[in-house]
Amino acid sequence: MHLGVSESMRECEYSQISTRSSTPMETPYKKRTSRKRKWESFPGRSKFYCDGRIMMARQTGVFCLTLVLILVTSGLFFTFDCPFLALQLTTAIPVIGGVLFLFVLGTLLRTSFSDPGVLPRATPDEAADLERQIDVANGSTGYRPPPRTKEVVINGQTVKLKYCFTCKIFRPPRASHCSLCDNCVERFDHHCPWVGNCVGRRNYRFFYMFILSLSFLTIFIFAFVITHIILRSHRNGFLNALKDSPVVVCFFSVWSIVGLSGFHTYLISSNQTTNEDIKGSWSSKRGKDNYNPYSHGNIFTNCCSALCGPLPPSLIDRRGFIQSDTLQLAPPTNGITMYGATQSQQSHMCDQDQCIQSTKFVLQAATTPLLQQQTSEPVILTTSPENGGSLPGRTSLTLAGPCTSLPLGHPASQDSLHEDSVRGLVKLSSV
Amino acid sequence: MRQQTAIAAKVFIQRDYTNGTVCQFQTKFPSELETRIEKQQFEETVRTLNNLYAEAEKLGSQSYIEGCLACLTAYTIFLCMETHYEKVLKKIAKYIQEQNDKIYAPRGLLLTDPIERGLRVIEVTIFEDRSLTR
Repeated sequence: MHLGVSESMRECEYSQISTRSSTPMETPYKKRTSRKRKWESFPGRSKFYCDGRIMMARQTGVFCLTLVLILVTSGLFFTFDCPFLALQLTTAIPVIGGVLFLFVLGTLLRTSFSDPGVLPRATPDEAADLERQIDVANGSTGYRPPPRTKEVVINGQTVKLKYCFTCKIFRPPRASHCSLCDNCVERFDHHCPWVGNCVGRRNYRFFYMFILSLSFLTIFIFAFVITHIILRSHRNGFLNALKDSPVVVCFFSVWSIVGLSGFHTYLISSNQTTNEDIKGSWSSKRGKDNYNPYSHGNIFTNCCSALCGPLPPSLIDRRGFIQSDTLQLAPPTNGITMYGATQSQQSHMCDQDQCIQSTKFVLQAATTPLLQQQTSEPVILTTSPENGGSLPGRTSLTLAGPCTSLPLGHPASQDSLHEDSVRGLVKLSSV
Repeated sequence: MRQQTAIAAKVFIQRDYTNGTVCQFQTKFPSELETRIEKQQFEETVRTLNNLYAEAEKLGSQSYIEGCLACLTAYTIFLCMETHYEKVLKKIAKYIQEQNDKIYAPRGLLLTDPIERGLRVIEVTIFEDRSLTR
């Protein structure tokens, strides 16, 4: 379904431009009369459910497995062990088990369904501005410019900011581009298939709560199942008792989940991400003076900031409506993401010059009519495939006219109303 | 029919990462705005915005209490209450609107709220100065 959506989106971009002179409400691609929400034209590979309220990665099979394992194990525990234990020992056991189980489910769903801290892609104007600055810096020499990085000093440590070719931004420190979701994520920890989502700035605390509570739940179930077996084996015999219990599942998961919780506790207390730890970014092995510039100095502050700090809101407005007169860059099709979404910088080198050529072309075309009135005929710019071994969809950029992101004369949205009023003030002051 | 005011250029104020990942913008005055607005005024605006963002992300007793309370109520408390960050973002939106109306619009400039650009840049749109073309 999503492949179909992205293809029909490309058609939509073209048909929208060709009928630009018509009233904004009559755009032909709308099959329904209702306006489209922004999640429907989201350029990454994330999947959205419940009209944009839920955001997950593309592959959710392993997440379903996680859910099934938790539900089945807990279900077996509550069905077979709890009645016996409640009678023999105390009714607190199923109650505590129930609370733990609900907490685990709640945090799991919260981790899986929320936006991990995705950074929205740059608008065409921003991308063009950055390209211009980089060209000035490089002196636009050579057919293959070197990889783009910016260095910044944070708390005494030199950190390299990399340019993301997909999102066309310089990634903030600690952000990383997830190739599975095709998004840049702030404070990227890792992509967790068990949870079916990336773990980043906005959902790290939920993820940590999930694995912590899951460790407690598995230890709890494991301990009480063993207790049950021991108590029963006094009567029936060991093997008979064993066959009725979910011991095997618990046994294996306990060690891995507890280990993972321990690892993340260490990461939180030192304010590192899994990504940084694996790369050894702040390890003292790299150099004598290498230290983590983001750490607050003590374990308590690090833990508090990670778990109880302010929760930033989502930067991608999933459920907002697309203003019909604002244009979006054509989202890359699956063909491109297979081509260019590999993690190595090398793979970006070949489509990099295509990107630069096409952006330069766009920039030249865009700067010339800037000082004139808005023209009624649109300008469709596409870099044709005869540029030699080009990528299928990446090189087609569609822009209309000089003013791409300001809706001139179409007071269909709050933004444009505000801009109109500003323009009114400008005219009053210039008279 | 009203004449449209064309956009002459757009200037982007990038993020300043020297203090880490907190949201701060560079206070360096861009050369394109030299003819349009006083350096002092512009820097004052950016500095106020930086202070507001710092307030949103501040780690203090208030944010910890809010965090713990939220955790205890399984984050359902946010169904009825706004987070501190969201409250400050509203304050920022109001401040930008007010600055646009009072200071920037009369000079033919428009500030775009950074939240609309994913907190990456402050976009300053420079409108063509009609008085020069008369």
